Amino acid sequence: MTGPGATLFVVTSIFAMAGALMTISSRRPLRAAIGLLVHIVSLAGMFLTLNAHLLAALQLLVYAGAIVVLFVFVIMLIGPAAEVGPIQGRVASRTLGIALTIAVVLAVSTSVAYFDAPWVAVPDDFGTVEGLGMAIYTQALVPFEVISITLLVAIIGAITIARSRTE
Amino acid sequence: MGIGTYLALASVLFGIGAAGFLARRNMLIQLMSIELMLNSVNVVLLAFNRAYPDNHDGQVFAFFVIAVAAAEAAVGLAILIAYYRIKKTLDTDDATLLKY
Repeated sequence: MTGPGATLFVVTSIFAMAGALMTISSRRPLRAAIGLLVHIVSLAGMFLTLNAHLLAALQLLVYAGAIVVLFVFVIMLIGPAAEVGPIQGRVASRTLGIALTIAVVLAVSTSVAYFDAPWVAVPDDFGTVEGLGMAIYTQALVPFEVISITLLVAIIGAITIARSRTE
Repeated sequence: MGIGTYLALASVLFGIGAAGFLARRNMLIQLMSIELMLNSVNVVLLAFNRAYPDNHDGQVFAFFVIAVAAAEAAVGLAILIAYYRIKKTLDTDDATLLKY
């Protein structure tokens, strides 16, 4: 894959990593939410290089449009207490956790980087609304209905958990 | 720019999310780190589906991952608000309600 796809991949991967690092490293939760937004939008651009057009749109709608907004709502609802003081204590366990994570990531990424498969030509309806919609509504109809029930249960559960007990 | 590049990038993004989840004490940031990890898995699913485009299995699975992530964010943030009502902080080091 060369040309505009490769360029788009390089740009979006840089922005995705920068957004992820901004998310986990910023003290203020609102900045972390903005980092998450940058990460999500650049991943939606990366999905375009993988011929996943519908999922790129869904990524923008669901993640950038719903989840990040939900995070920002909660941050504004909680106010200044959303910011936790600087990291202190348990230096050994935190260092060990990060070191193990880096070790695992180095091992995995250096080994999978050599995996190669030819970029075969995709069918016309690959990743479009028609193609993916047909796949979802024919092969995965039951999981689709189950996931809709799951979302309904999640909504009811969120209301029940977050409701004030004082009424 | 083969599929291996996508896989390596996804593992790095997953590692960033895991490190954020392990190192940070702010419950909000930890929830965002979970979202980072779920997103990196989607990259792997879509990359493999692009390499083997005979069917849409990877994209269907990524669709379900997005839906589950939305449900998880809703319930997780509700738990966070309930926790904040009790403790008046988001510090997970103070989450000792089930400890004793």
